[in-house]
Amino acid sequence: MTQELTRRQLLERAAMGGAAITFPGILAACGSSGSKASSGTTSVEQKLAKTLNFSNWTLYIDTKGQTHPSLDAFEKKTGVHVNYVEDINDNASFFGKIQGPLSRGQSINRDIIVLTDNDRYLSLMIKKGWTEKLDKSAIPNFKNLVDVQKHPNFDPDREFSLPWQSGMSGIAYNDTLTDPVLTVDDLLENPKLKGKITVLNSMGDAMTIVMLANGDDPTNVTDKSWNAAFKRIQTAVNNKQIRQFTGNDYAPILARGDLSAAMSWSGDIAQIGNKHIHWNVPEAGGALWTDNMLIPKGGDVYTASVYMNYVYDPKVQGLMTAGDPKRKIVGIYYIPPVKGAGAAAKQFNPSAANNPLIFPTAKTLSKVKIFDSKALNNQKYLEQWQNLISG
Amino acid sequence: MSLFHRHRGLTPYLLLAPGVLFLTVFFLVPLGFLAYQSLQSGNIDFGYTFTWAWSNYSDALHNYRAQFVRSITYAGIATLLALVISYPVAYWIAFRGGRWKNLLLLFIVAPFFVTYLIRTLAWETILSDNGFVVNTLQTLHVLGPSGRLLATSTAVVTGITYNFLPFMALPLYVSLEQIDGRLIEAAEDLYASKLQAFLRVTFPLSLPGVVAGTLLTFIPAAGDFINAQLLGSPDNHMIGNVIQSKFLELTDYPAAAAMSFILMAGILIAVFLYARLVGTEQLTGTAG
Repeated sequence: MTQELTRRQLLERAAMGGAAITFPGILAACGSSGSKASSGTTSVEQKLAKTLNFSNWTLYIDTKGQTHPSLDAFEKKTGVHVNYVEDINDNASFFGKIQGPLSRGQSINRDIIVLTDNDRYLSLMIKKGWTEKLDKSAIPNFKNLVDVQKHPNFDPDREFSLPWQSGMSGIAYNDTLTDPVLTVDDLLENPKLKGKITVLNSMGDAMTIVMLANGDDPTNVTDKSWNAAFKRIQTAVNNKQIRQFTGNDYAPILARGDLSAAMSWSGDIAQIGNKHIHWNVPEAGGALWTDNMLIPKGGDVYTASVYMNYVYDPKVQGLMTAGDPKRKIVGIYYIPPVKGAGAAAKQFNPSAANNPLIFPTAKTLSKVKIFDSKALNNQKYLEQWQNLISG
Repeated sequence: MSLFHRHRGLTPYLLLAPGVLFLTVFFLVPLGFLAYQSLQSGNIDFGYTFTWAWSNYSDALHNYRAQFVRSITYAGIATLLALVISYPVAYWIAFRGGRWKNLLLLFIVAPFFVTYLIRTLAWETILSDNGFVVNTLQTLHVLGPSGRLLATSTAVVTGITYNFLPFMALPLYVSLEQIDGRLIEAAEDLYASKLQAFLRVTFPLSLPGVVAGTLLTFIPAAGDFINAQLLGSPDNHMIGNVIQSKFLELTDYPAAAAMSFILMAGILIAVFLYARLVGTEQLTGTAG
């Protein structure tokens, strides 16, 4: 029995560690049979690495000048140096960059990466087995994960992923240039806004918003609802109503006053902080998406898990999200996935803690939907969408 | 040393070796891989297999003809504009620059010290709807009151012209600078007017620069996608945008590879026609 258990552990280790398995590593696995597997998760050598390589999106962590206080505090606490790199600009190009080495079984020299659930690549990474299993025994704070995030369809038991932050997609408008724009009808069909609006190039976000406006269900897409929403956006392109399809890059154009309204993300608008630019969930509803931390194959599971545990401490999360004006710390301003973060944020930055874009009310959250993940992987839809947005 | 003496015939090959090796490893091998990939079929979920899928090529041509034509058109206009703008500048620096020559050349290269992306984003600000340029054009009634420059083909061509201008100006300068001033004097001594001397002596002698400059501008411009993405609307997207989206967004590597080959073939044909038109000796600068 002991023999069998050890062997199973060994196989699991081999499956997880991939090419990184070493002879001393095998010995360690043999020696630790039983004791560390007690929590029911896979046992790995629980030793902190010297460095944690963390790839994240730009402007997506607390900052103070050139430093990131939450990372500094983590280094002080654990002695692990965090090599924090902001090299993710969109899911597709980042996936394009890492899929080569991963498909050849090579490590990408990163311990944590962050991908979004409104794009196909997050589920693809997990489906292809390119991610390591989290060491839940090192993440007791997992209990603080908000309930709605506990069982996503791409990772039903949260074995491979943990949310970093969430955001809502809706409509922003500039009140010096237009009357309030609160509906898709207005955005896509009001002739006064011709050539003065942009639409998100993220298929999941844009389609969720338009489908809701059509009275269709974006969580369960059918060819009929797809075609209706697609046709509506196509018509707006043909009528030259839509100026561009954008990612984050709508922000400077909107701030400059070239756009009257833009389909946009909640956190960006909170970050712009311009009193003339207002963001709303459209009347018929908006989209909700979540960025998820993953440990790519070959990453250091234990160290990455210890870091995830750290950010799931409500105090740490509260500060990261809301910042602290007294200490000149700027927060992320997106929506934290950690219970108690809102209460903690009140201590540091009450105005952010009361900002409905960062800590949305239950009523707002009931109006935002998560796009159907089957549709995200539908090659026909993807091609139609890409052809639309790339002319 | 004795090796060189005994095998004198080997010397040219040894000298060529580093270049050939470099081109083989970093150009021919990837190109071969791209060709192989362009004939595959499949998708990212189940993997790609080599199936001689020539349909990748016919589909690309059929579905994206507009973008191919647009790429060649935009690049062509931008090349022509760059030539018209930089020829007088290069001429002036070469013949009238005097001791300021190096400084003036530095000014032409100066934008290169800033990243491509930032330079293009700067144009987004310059051409913005509430900016100086649009306001002026509106006052002059060149643009209607609701007219704009951003997200139009004008903005895309302007951006390309600006970004590739130094590739045109520098070869022009080099070929103009090498012209022996006595030849122009001789032409004038033989009663040629300034214009005649330019048309029959200076311009023909500068042709290698014109050819090099147009090629260096046209080739990368045809494959560019940054300008169309940032300064254009979906109606102005070029084939580079389609390849980028096929490769990165749709992970349809075979289609992206096939389109890259079609673009390459298109450019090669254009260059070939151009070379036949102006004469191959201008390409290598061995006129005379």
